[in-house]
Amino acid sequence: MRVAAPPAKPHAAARTEQIILFRISGHPFAVSSASVQEVRSVDSLAGAATEIDQPTLRKVRHVVRRGDKALYVVSGAAHFGLPPSSAGLVFVLRKTRTALLVDGIDKMATMTRLQALPLAYCHEERSWYRGLTALDQNVIPVVNPEGFLTADEFALLDASLVPEALPDELPDAGMELPQ
Amino acid sequence: MTQPIESSSQSFVLLRLGERRFAVVAVQISELVAPSRIFRFPHRTPKLEGVILRRGRIVPVCDVAEKLLGKALTSRRFYLIAVRHYGEKTEWVALPVTGDCELIAAEMTDAGEADAPHVAGWISHNGEVIEVLNLDALTPGAENESTLKAAAALVEARP
Repeated sequence: MRVAAPPAKPHAAARTEQIILFRISGHPFAVSSASVQEVRSVDSLAGAATEIDQPTLRKVRHVVRRGDKALYVVSGAAHFGLPPSSAGLVFVLRKTRTALLVDGIDKMATMTRLQALPLAYCHEERSWYRGLTALDQNVIPVVNPEGFLTADEFALLDASLVPEALPDELPDAGMELPQ
Repeated sequence: MTQPIESSSQSFVLLRLGERRFAVVAVQISELVAPSRIFRFPHRTPKLEGVILRRGRIVPVCDVAEKLLGKALTSRRFYLIAVRHYGEKTEWVALPVTGDCELIAAEMTDAGEADAPHVAGWISHNGEVIEVLNLDALTPGAENESTLKAAAALVEARP
């Protein structure tokens, strides 16, 4: 399903950003809607995804062919070290060969301020998040779409793939978001 | 004529963690606030519980009790909001404390080589010798991680 691009607002605040609020294992997260190319149901992905025989990464169990490229399906719960959850949706992320399994979408919102992750956070989370935003008296981490798989992890996954094992491209059953 | 006596006395905030008291140089303390809602999200940095919202800022909550007392706090009465240096940058960190805090003036004896990195020095107050905390070494930050890694590499490299 394709959605028309929203009309441009010439006087909109320059620093606002549309975000999608979603949940993984009960934890709220946000992602810029501009970085999500498609939102699909897990069911629609079922026929198009191939299970990786011997997964080299616990968080990536499936791969989908997208043109001549492999799109790796990342379990958000495994990536963030959260208890396993029943993912209902997949975000196909732009500009990265990653699709993210999430439980569901809470709502769309407008982020007016993205605050940098405090410097006290000094481990992998610095690549996981673009920062934090305060929304409705909550603090929500805003994920970095390029932070789910590192270059080394992509190389590892690419090396483990048998090219002919990849299925056809994704069937047209998702919701394509405007860029 | 009497010469004025030069005093190297400084102001410190005394804080209580369980049964023990510690001190922090007063200029590093921003305020003492009642506990508020902690927002938690996945991360991998030890000792960080989450963040609180304070005056529009997002402030990480860092439980230093485990490092100082060997056990986590079971109760907390306040958050001491302190300034933490990261190189040339400064940010607030919230330290949970279990009792009232007190502002005192005292002379600090600098820490010795045998003291842990998180000890900035020692003060004497009411017959008690109290550790002055070096928050930059006590709370997490990238520079501490690289120091720890370098130290670990040095140990591993030893024959």
